[in-house]
Amino acid sequence: MAATSEPILEVRDLVKHFALTQGILVRRQIGAIKAVDGVSFDLRPGETLGIVGESGCGKSTLAKLLMALERPTSGSVKINGRDMAKARGRELKSMRRNVQMVMQDPYTSLNPRMTVGDIIGEPYEIHPEVAPKGMRRRKVQDLLELVGLNPDHINRYPHQFSGGQRQRIGIARGLALQPQIIICDEPVSALDVSIQAQVINLLERLQNELNLAYIFIAHDLSVVRHISDRVAVMYLGKLVELGGDVEIYDRPSHPYTQALLSAVPVPNPDGRERRERIILQGDPPSPANPPTGCRFRTRCWKAQDICAEQEPPLEVRPATDHRVACHFAEVHDVVQAH
Amino acid sequence: MMTTHTDVLPTEGGLGNTPLLAVDNLHVEFSTRQGVVKAVNGVSYDLYQGETLAVLGESGSGKSVTAQAIMGILDMPPARIPHGEIRFRGTDMLKLTDEARSQIRGQRIAMIFQDALSALNPVFTVGWQIGEMFRVHRGMSKRDAQKKAIELMDRVRIPAAKQRVHDYPHQFSGGMRQRIMIAMSIALDPEVLIADEPTTALDVTVQAQIMELLAELQRESNMGLILITHDLGVVADVADKIAVMYGGRIVEKALVHDVYRTPAHPYSKGLLDSIPRVDLKGQELYAIKGLPPNLLAMPPGCAFNPRCPYRQDNCVSEAPPLYEISHTRSSACHYWREVLDGSHE
Repeated sequence: MAATSEPILEVRDLVKHFALTQGILVRRQIGAIKAVDGVSFDLRPGETLGIVGESGCGKSTLAKLLMALERPTSGSVKINGRDMAKARGRELKSMRRNVQMVMQDPYTSLNPRMTVGDIIGEPYEIHPEVAPKGMRRRKVQDLLELVGLNPDHINRYPHQFSGGQRQRIGIARGLALQPQIIICDEPVSALDVSIQAQVINLLERLQNELNLAYIFIAHDLSVVRHISDRVAVMYLGKLVELGGDVEIYDRPSHPYTQALLSAVPVPNPDGRERRERIILQGDPPSPANPPTGCRFRTRCWKAQDICAEQEPPLEVRPATDHRVACHFAEVHDVVQAH
Repeated sequence: MMTTHTDVLPTEGGLGNTPLLAVDNLHVEFSTRQGVVKAVNGVSYDLYQGETLAVLGESGSGKSVTAQAIMGILDMPPARIPHGEIRFRGTDMLKLTDEARSQIRGQRIAMIFQDALSALNPVFTVGWQIGEMFRVHRGMSKRDAQKKAIELMDRVRIPAAKQRVHDYPHQFSGGMRQRIMIAMSIALDPEVLIADEPTTALDVTVQAQIMELLAELQRESNMGLILITHDLGVVADVADKIAVMYGGRIVEKALVHDVYRTPAHPYSKGLLDSIPRVDLKGQELYAIKGLPPNLLAMPPGCAFNPRCPYRQDNCVSEAPPLYEISHTRSSACHYWREVLDGSHE
């Protein structure tokens, strides 16, 4: 897409550890949950970066760090070249305006006591410079129209809308401050199947019209492939593979990516007996006490001694823009074209 | 009103061919303050031994209510079953006494629920809860029941079962909890297992583990499995036949390969068309327009007509019966021929 332009978001060695403490009177730190542990990537205007991984891998903590809802332990999040972690006060406020979020569950993320107009217009209370008081109603109605809702429904309450319509309200709220970056945390997984496609089409249309950059976090890998330009695979707080959608899906090189992709059920029963399945045993280890070396080695069928001793860096594969963190990375297409 | 129909597989011909479980023209209503909600409207399906039937539908389609009616765990009132039969090995369970019913429930027909954490009791150890099946239904002693619980935990592949039998549900991960639910459901070797969205709350890697476990248990014991889900991928992976539900009715019944190749109902076709496909990346996804129906105000005629691209005048005036297309498939659409032709292109 817009590969030539400057990145709008630069994430470098981002780390977030949550302290584990013990004791009531004398609190001692006994360890840390390493939720995000050294993540780096860029995002360009108009681009979509998909983030996939199992629950507990740090996807949502990463989203919170990008929103400046959590302060990073170390590392930096730069938006248009300015470091958000160092910003305070007015500067931070204006940077936050630029990154907005669409939540997963449209049933709990909208206040049932507020009208749709109040919900979508609330961001203007905090950032009044975007829309002067007299203009707000008009702006909210424009937003409703933009996301495909009837502008006359501005005085209705969330319960009067269906799940898909509520998610549109959530999207309109995210767009209210005209951000450049939208973080979508599982935006369609709470919706009925027949409604999901409508919301994905809406997100894509808005991206084209407004040149938005998306961070798209989801567990439905076929949806991520459809919407993403690049995909990052996370495991226990680290990126294990990062590349274009074709590279990740057709030429996955990290064993974890291969296992993850092979576990996704293919919606086509033909040839299901012959499909290759890599079924990982057990659950991911605890992020409080991750394995030494490569974090995936405890579930990996390729693990050797070196994997326990040396942590594999996220290295670019020759002649590509495809990064993999594995000592024994090799391409293995596990997903049949479908 | 919809007429009753012959089921997906022919039922005539010898005892060996009687279905294990037959749902026949089942209706379930709920009385609510806003009026009577017809949640299930004449649903029929058959399940044979060793077979996997997938019931596919979105929320409000009646797929779970049907399952609860089979299990006999609907709260009545507010629920009511005005018509219909649920025959288990030929006996209509709806006519049985409560006592006879509870002999079947859990022992011969068992169920796995979606949310294992809320289905398990947080204040008892998992060993106690699995063992309960043996103490209550088989009159076993505490100690024997405990032994049985450990055996079962081994069978569903929970590591270190001997130690973990004393743990509480919160000490297990989501996937392990679902294994405990499965252990409880297969404890008494049921003939029918109903799995209501068993993997919806789980990660894909864990989902693959659980589905593999279910398939293996089914092979071992030859039980019939009813898999209730909204995930077209899971259905394609494991099901033998499929019943697609919409607005409290079955709109299409077929063998699984037939539906995915050539759907015969506009709703199933729409669902399949809206799956993102690699060769169509960058294009707009096909989306079924409109919203799922409100069960309190169902559209007249065919429930899918406001969203249907094949709609004609008689779709609004006349609800389509479940037309039989072949002896293995049927579709509740007046224009199933056109839909089938459209799927062939």
